Amino acid sequence: MPEITSLARMEDLQRLMQFVVSQAQSAHLPARRQREIELAVEEVLVNIFSYAYPDAEGRVSIACQAEDERLTIEIRDVGVPFNILEIPNPDVGAGLSERQVGGLGAFFVRKMADEARYRREGDQNVLVLIFDQRGHDAPHPK
Amino acid sequence: MEIENTGKDDGRFMVAVRGRMDAVTAPEFEKRILDWIDSGETHIILDLGELEYISSAGLRSILTIAKNLRGQQGSLVLCALRDTVKEVFEISGFSTIIPVCESTEAALKET
Repeated sequence: MPEITSLARMEDLQRLMQFVVSQAQSAHLPARRQREIELAVEEVLVNIFSYAYPDAEGRVSIACQAEDERLTIEIRDVGVPFNILEIPNPDVGAGLSERQVGGLGAFFVRKMADEARYRREGDQNVLVLIFDQRGHDAPHPK
Repeated sequence: MEIENTGKDDGRFMVAVRGRMDAVTAPEFEKRILDWIDSGETHIILDLGELEYISSAGLRSILTIAKNLRGQQGSLVLCALRDTVKEVFEISGFSTIIPVCESTEAALKET
């Protein structure tokens, strides 16, 4: 299974994203779905960069399994125990003055992935995201 | 990501943003716009017709700018949102708190 590992820092974001995009292409997912995948993965990675390793540098790894029109992504880090899927949704109805950006990343992960699962495995956070081909005009069972 | 002042029309300062606004590039975008605001431009039209991608980092910068301009009785309009960018704005609720137009021409027609 193709995998990339890197220091968990912003300087490596674009390189990690390029890997994910190439895997999405291998799964023959359309360009629009590729961008949605990038969005979800970026939000996960930025959370790891910001919070996983408060005291020292750490690493992150991404493994992808590309099938026909389905991409499974597994993101692992050995930072502080953290499940992005537990972060509550932001108030998307708030007016401009009250509006905050906190929680938006987690919100996008849940919205963009067809399936999302977290588990703690030893000292690792393991987040699995699954992306299928989706009809954007069809009602989505979520 | 490219950021370019493409003109000024009727006091409205037009900026085109091209490429991707992600966690790496959003801070630069925010700084450039805030610099223009500091120099007196408080009515801004953002042409996003060539923006391919935006993440929550980009939304954070846009929110900062929108709140800043509102605090100065200024204005911010976003134009020509594409595909995933439009989807991101809609599902996050940002398109109901920041004016969105189909094109810069449409934005300029509105007072």
